[in-house]
Amino acid sequence: MDFNDTSEEAAFRAEARAWLEANAERLKAGERAPGLAEGRADQELIQRSQQWQAKKADAGWACITWPKEYGGRGASAIQSVIWNQEESHYKIPPNIFGIGQGMLGPTIMVHGSSEQKQRYLRPMLRGDEIWCQLFSEPGAGSDLGGLRTSAVREGDQWVINGQKIWTTGAQYCRWGMILCRTDPGAEKHKGITYFIVDMKSPGIDIRPIKQINGLSGFNEVFFTDVRVSDDNRVGAVNEGWRGALTTLMNERHSIGGGAGGPDFGDLLQLAKETLWEGRPAFADSAVRQRLARFYIRLKGLQYTGYRTQTALSRGAIPGPESSIGKLVGAPLRQEMASFAVDLQGAAGVAMDGAASADDGLWQLMYLATPGLRLAGGTDEILRNIIAERVLGLPPEIRADKGMAFKDVPTGPKNT
Amino acid sequence: MNFDFSDDQKLLQKTAREYLSEHAPLSLCRAVLESAAPYSETLWQGVAQMGWLGTAIPEEYGGAGFGRLELAVLAEEVGRALAPIPFSSSIYLAAEALLLAGSPAQKQTYLPKLASGEWAATFAHAEQPGECGAAAITTKFAGGKLTGSKVPVLDGAAARFAVVTATGNTGVVLALVDLTATGVERTAVRSIDPSRSLAGIRFNAAPAELLGDVGAGWSTVQAVLDRAAVLMAFEQLGGAERAFEITREYCLSRYAFGRPIASFQALKHRLADLYVEIELARSNAYYGAWALSNDRPELAVAACGARAAASEAFELASAEMIQLHGGVGYTWEFDCHLFYRRAKLLGVALGSAHHWREQLMERLGA
Ligand SMILES: Cc1cc2nc3c(=O)[nH]c(=O)nc-3n(C[C@H](O)[C@H](O)[C@H](O)COP(=O)(O)OP(=O)(O)OC[C@H]3O[C@@H](n4cnc5c(N)ncnc54)[C@H](O)[C@@H]3O)c2cc1C
Repeated sequence: MDFNDTSEEAAFRAEARAWLEANAERLKAGERAPGLAEGRADQELIQRSQQWQAKKADAGWACITWPKEYGGRGASAIQSVIWNQEESHYKIPPNIFGIGQGMLGPTIMVHGSSEQKQRYLRPMLRGDEIWCQLFSEPGAGSDLGGLRTSAVREGDQWVINGQKIWTTGAQYCRWGMILCRTDPGAEKHKGITYFIVDMKSPGIDIRPIKQINGLSGFNEVFFTDVRVSDDNRVGAVNEGWRGALTTLMNERHSIGGGAGGPDFGDLLQLAKETLWEGRPAFADSAVRQRLARFYIRLKGLQYTGYRTQTALSRGAIPGPESSIGKLVGAPLRQEMASFAVDLQGAAGVAMDGAASADDGLWQLMYLATPGLRLAGGTDEILRNIIAERVLGLPPEIRADKGMAFKDVPTGPKNT
Repeated sequence: MNFDFSDDQKLLQKTAREYLSEHAPLSLCRAVLESAAPYSETLWQGVAQMGWLGTAIPEEYGGAGFGRLELAVLAEEVGRALAPIPFSSSIYLAAEALLLAGSPAQKQTYLPKLASGEWAATFAHAEQPGECGAAAITTKFAGGKLTGSKVPVLDGAAARFAVVTATGNTGVVLALVDLTATGVERTAVRSIDPSRSLAGIRFNAAPAELLGDVGAGWSTVQAVLDRAAVLMAFEQLGGAERAFEITREYCLSRYAFGRPIASFQALKHRLADLYVEIELARSNAYYGAWALSNDRPELAVAACGARAAASEAFELASAEMIQLHGGVGYTWEFDCHLFYRRAKLLGVALGSAHHWREQLMERLGA
């Protein structure tokens, strides 16, 4: 057991650091790179993110765990931890490529045709083309297999009709991966097909949805007779669920608990600087106990991640265990933000940098974290996954088992 | 970076688990709990023969000369078995105190006896209810004599000698005392977990010698406690995991409303949460083990996290164990209470989780 770098790891770290030092601006003490929660994904930010990604790609530092044949370095899980640690010390734009690079790219690598790999992976890695995931629908979230958006074959094309929702980044994405119902007469997981869709296709209508934090990260996406070539089908007809599982597995692994934004060090600082009746809040034992609990959980999470990385670098495949990261991390950050707001007393509700501490970042985080607990699987769904897939407990009873999809009861009924 | 035990260490774990499942079934813990014996002498001797007591003691003092990682592996197994032996008191506390602060002569006298299992030992610190910091110590050490009283002392009846906290004329000191000497009076104290006995020990000018340098004081005590905290965390982790496994099995086999109770989502989610708590505690314990085995300055912080997380995980696992077993979980015949008792006993032995969180803030906030 060793926390220190091996000599190869140290060499890798030095190499990464040297490149970053030459190509990016190091954060000053107490300074923070803008996270996604606080910076909206406007045109300017997207451009900066793309420029940074391209620069990394050209130097061989993009998607380092991807195989070399797709432009990665074939780096180990631990090298990717090292890279992320080093990169976090620099003032770089937020990563808006995660859905593609972390989830969809790996799905194409497993289930895509060689033409698809050729065409899509390199621009995805370079950040030239951004991707979105068109899975959720108004009637199919946790129960993703209940999706209704249809794709009907016409010669070597498919015609898509229906609605997706909560689609992060649809407004600026070039490509999307979409799950469609192709056989409503089959059981629900057996009549789904997976496609790559050009987000600029005629018939696609993207409407941003305003979130509780006032930003519009996600969208409704309407499909009216949208045509997709059969060449863009990923995997076999009616077997899209297999590909979906690959995506979801990578989603859980790649999301983790990381939300950007202020961290424990900032919270500790806040508790020391905030006065409660003339004394630092940090002098209060209840405050200290709460902080200690946060710290121990965060560290537990971090070291659990290291254990996973160790296993991965020894050849294990990412398993359902990685659900822990998001299940613990998301509510924990929500609690930390809530506590940071409480610490500030009446001023805690002020969203202006001048009136509240830390430029109002904790308030933003308070508003952003409920979404973190939903996106990529809710707390409840993650608990089901751990219970069933890690602990081997019996699966949920399915009321729709053995039924043709078209006969499955749904609700709420549209009024 | 490599955040796992080595293959050799895993092999040691496997051997230890096999040995304990044969020689320390839960019925052994129960037998000690229900008898007047303070511990299982047979198991103690068996464990000594396996060489476990001397795991981290250097060869020159009769040990095997392995490191703390090997000891952590064994601690976890001892915890899984709820082994009714004074392992923690003798090895994590007394032996660690000697290794840390003992003179060559003291090491030569005491460590081989600990390594061979001939003597058990203990660490006598608490004097009255409340968290015990330096200010709470009234036992006096002067002119080679110890006077005062310590209660409760874990494994106090099993121990041949004790490492005792006291105040000397330069402040807090550690003293070594032969508990069979004149001037030492031991009385049994009823324990929440009689599989690990408690004693009250009164010292009436009992002969004692200083352990460690005269002015070393409280920082030595704290260093001993930090080291023990990490090892104890592994013992607690072992207990938590075993409680969890038994509970999971039970939920799969017990039927209600025509289904295994493990199929109810309320229970599935609680088991999932419990699993997560144990994993987080394990990860914190690993970090502590790394810091301890490499003598890192991070130990001061790592020990707090390892200890607080493990105390809570074990207590939670044992309480959930009873709850999810239903009525039988609350009977004397079922083993749940053995875990519930042990969780609390270990959970306060070196100070409560609350105390360790306070320590953590002290150290992070400075
Ligand atoms: C910020 C954000 C970004 C997102 N980005 C995307 C994206 O890019 N692409 C995309 O496809 N989707 C995206 N989503 C959608 C997200 O995956 C879904 O919101 C999520 O899976 C929950 O589905 P739902 O909203 O339909 O809630 P529902 O499934 O209706 O859930 C309602 C409640 O019921 C609970 N519940 C449901 N089923 C069970 C069960 N079996 N057991 C116990 N409890 C249950 C849920 O936990 C929840 O509390 C995003 C969501 C958010 C908030």
